[in-house]
Amino acid sequence: MFKDQIGKKSAKVKNIVERGVVKKFAEAIGDLHPIYYDEEVGEKSRYKKNIAPPTFPRVFDYGFIEGLHLPNKGLIHGEQSFHYNRPLFVGEEIYCYTTIKNYFEKKGSFGEMGFLVIENIGEDAAGKVIFSSTSTVIISEAVRKVLAK
Amino acid sequence: MSRLAELQVGQSLNEVSLAPVSRIALIKYAGASGDFNPIHTIDDEAAKAGLPGIIAHGMWTMGNLAKLFTEYYEEGFVKDYSIRFKNMVFLNDVITLKAELKEKQDKTLKFSVKAVNQHGKVTIAGNVVYQLY
Repeated sequence: MFKDQIGKKSAKVKNIVERGVVKKFAEAIGDLHPIYYDEEVGEKSRYKKNIAPPTFPRVFDYGFIEGLHLPNKGLIHGEQSFHYNRPLFVGEEIYCYTTIKNYFEKKGSFGEMGFLVIENIGEDAAGKVIFSSTSTVIISEAVRKVLAK
Repeated sequence: MSRLAELQVGQSLNEVSLAPVSRIALIKYAGASGDFNPIHTIDDEAAKAGLPGIIAHGMWTMGNLAKLFTEYYEEGFVKDYSIRFKNMVFLNDVITLKAELKEKQDKTLKFSVKAVNQHGKVTIAGNVVYQLY
């Protein structure tokens, strides 16, 4: 039921790597290092500014793909990866979008499982990719039946 | 180990053991990340999903694991970070974070990383490619 979504993209959404949000996120993953929030430490670093933790792109808004309806419940996060060309800087603007890379079904222990591969991308204002992240989401047969209704 | 560049293949970063997983920690992660799937915070919703109790967000564990690399920020950055979610993390689990250097090519360091629970079971596992400047 997701096969026809492969290749679809959302429109880009402007996000800001907000200082307070970075600090809260770092705290929530038990990684409250001053490089993430202390301005002086940021200025003295090679970056001359604060950076964000590698899994921070989780908080960005990537926009919506028309016709794609994913429930908040019943999905299993199978795999996740991040690729960076450089760290994210606190205060910078990131243009984010999402695309459906693949969908396939496999027999598993809970029946026929669906695997949805989603790629999220973050670019700078000039359109240069800063990071990409790929999520594989597993959708059970039971959840797909509910979605099909 | 003071510098990542001095690490030899087969050596590991210092392990970190987390405090037992608490509900408030998962509520904080839900708020900070925007992932409000209720199986991570609300007992009834976890039960409805057939789980014995609430489970940590996979991304909470993945986020924690990356902190093994944070202190080396002057030397380089995490270029690739890939994880497979293998086993669920429950309330009161004690998670230990590990990273071992597997390959070293010029300025590229490839680590095998994992988070293990108090029974020695791997909850998440994958790789970090660290790019030195």
